Amino acid sequence: MKKFERLQGLVAPLDRANVDTDLIIPKQFLKSIKRTGFGPNLFDELRYLDEGYPGQDASSRPLNPDFVLNQSRYRDAQVLLARRNFGCGSSREHAPWALDDFGFRVVIAPSFADIFYNNSFKNGILLIALDETTVDRLFQETEANEGYRLDIDLAGQQVITPSGETIPFEVDAFRKHCLLEGLDDIGLTLEQSGAIRDFESRHRPANPWLFRDV
Amino acid sequence: MASQTLYDKLWAQHLVTQRDDGSALIYIDRHLLHEVTSPQAFEGLRLAGRKPWRRDANLATPDHNVPTTLKERSAGNAGILDDVSRIQVETLDANCESFDIEEFRINDERQGIVHVVGPEQGATLPGMTVVCGDSHTATHGAFAALSHGIGTSEVEHVLATQCLIAQKMKNMQVRVEGKLGLGVTAKDIVLAIIGRIGTAGGTGYAIEFAGSAIRDLSMEGRMTICNMAIEAGARVGLVAVDDNTIDYLKGRPFAPAADQWPAAVEAWRDLVSDDGAHFDKVVELDAAEIEPQVTWGTSPEMVVNVSASVPDPNDAADETVTQGMTRALEYMGLSAGQKITDIQLDKVFIGSCTNSRIEDLREAAKVAKGRKVADNIQLAMVVPGSGLVKRLAEAEGLDRIFVEAGFEWREPGCSMCLAMNADKLGAGERCASTSNRNFEGRQGYGGRTHLVSPAMAAAAAIEGHFVDVREYDYDRDSAREMSA
Ligand code: SF4
Repeated sequence: MKKFERLQGLVAPLDRANVDTDLIIPKQFLKSIKRTGFGPNLFDELRYLDEGYPGQDASSRPLNPDFVLNQSRYRDAQVLLARRNFGCGSSREHAPWALDDFGFRVVIAPSFADIFYNNSFKNGILLIALDETTVDRLFQETEANEGYRLDIDLAGQQVITPSGETIPFEVDAFRKHCLLEGLDDIGLTLEQSGAIRDFESRHRPANPWLFRDV
Repeated sequence: MASQTLYDKLWAQHLVTQRDDGSALIYIDRHLLHEVTSPQAFEGLRLAGRKPWRRDANLATPDHNVPTTLKERSAGNAGILDDVSRIQVETLDANCESFDIEEFRINDERQGIVHVVGPEQGATLPGMTVVCGDSHTATHGAFAALSHGIGTSEVEHVLATQCLIAQKMKNMQVRVEGKLGLGVTAKDIVLAIIGRIGTAGGTGYAIEFAGSAIRDLSMEGRMTICNMAIEAGARVGLVAVDDNTIDYLKGRPFAPAADQWPAAVEAWRDLVSDDGAHFDKVVELDAAEIEPQVTWGTSPEMVVNVSASVPDPNDAADETVTQGMTRALEYMGLSAGQKITDIQLDKVFIGSCTNSRIEDLREAAKVAKGRKVADNIQLAMVVPGSGLVKRLAEAEGLDRIFVEAGFEWREPGCSMCLAMNADKLGAGERCASTSNRNFEGRQGYGGRTHLVSPAMAAAAAIEGHFVDVREYDYDRDSAREMSA
């Protein structure tokens, strides 16, 4: 996993609550057996006026001019500003893969769905939950100021606005550490192989029916 | 020891290490795999030169992409017309072969939707931790198994380490007391719960469903309820062990063998919340007040009683909700105040991991028996949850009831629940569906989904619009005769 570096990210506002994972990346694109290449189909149904299918050249499709990411001022956005319960629905990791592939490194919203939250951190995307009032204000500032950027300081756990205001945020220590160091979870867990084996040596005699010898 | 909830017990029994920062390593007993969320995980293992930690904990089956017509199915993988889908199913086969993981392949009679297959095989057992790269893994909680969906990185993590990095959730109890009205089902209970607490109401919680109405349900009904816990935002849904649980499992292929059975049952009997256990949140519903439910919008929380009308966005509590409702009505092609029973339909789908088990098909067949699908319904399809459900239904004659009524009787798979295969809605088409998500585009680009119970879906197919099954004239006992 890549390290999360401090970033001055251009912000794009997606003013819609309960954005579900079907909306982030529609199912026809889940047929891919790769982890990359989902960026052109991020928010496919909102972004284009036609129905997308895998393997198509996205550059020739009709864009929906009303969709926020199609406006030139937001094209290079790295920070997505969203509304409550962002990422609800399925467990598809294709959702953070698509956000990442598009170039987003951070999503700020009042709340996130649980599985999406986990999946995003595993892919180096930082999710920041801020209260509704603050998010509202960031929406207004973003829309009012072209080129609006936020300074995202994960190490210091704060978002710094162009006017210098600092907004602190919560993130659990383990996730923060993994993100800052770009650590691979599996490698870390395997360092505890001994503890896992110890657990099995207690668990198996207590529940022998959970272990089949196939 | 202090009183514990069922969730507390399951968590404690699987805790490998607790970290200071609140995260923990928990042990995974059962890992279910399907073709959509596993290829990148296997690829990751291969690149890192890792092997599955314990191959017997894993069980795989293709379900999301498989075609459901006999024509395509009879040729096995080669019959899958969509190249990308075929490659994905073939990739699962190849991965299971090279990593030596047990798989029920496309035309194995045991193949089916992964959440139907697990319990049916007894591969889901009380006291287990069960994970799968699919959010509806909550289904397995009906067996007092700590079960939830995971992402692909976690699939790889579980394959490699048999563990998951997790954080303990909070406890919520949803208690449904009393007797359900005639024609009201588990699906209506869970939709009513989601309507009450909202799609994010359960975020961060493990929900235990309790109360006399839950205890009265069959295992199929409990699975329907736990299945949709995620639609209320909760990754985990649970029901305590009782005789129903134990009777259901006895004799299933992966269930404990006769010599281990008594010890297993004894251990499982403890899988209930202790008296006085603390829940961070308790929600109560009166079963007698629950009506058949119909969703009208693009989120499962946008749900009303069948006797009601489409709500008015201007009555909403705040601006964000009003906006969401307005957008949903526009997408759904509905207007505020329209009666639910006046909504005309184009298609009907009976299937999915929510409602494709034998009991669901029996309920739908009772309504369809001796009747004909309405002329305005272009397609009414019944997709059994597994090959074994299909066989049982055919032995009971349910397939003939459906076919004579004008339904299509299909091969098992996820089908039009998420429309990754050829079964999908066209733009603007309106469908009564027994599945679990009514998100925009879920059943096909521009498609409009109304979530309902199997009986409600069947009645809607016959009448061409929604009807209240409680007032609908059909032989409510006929299924019992059919299965006798
Ligand atoms: S039936 Fe639908 S919800 Fe269930 S696993 Fe398949 S696609 Fe997911």
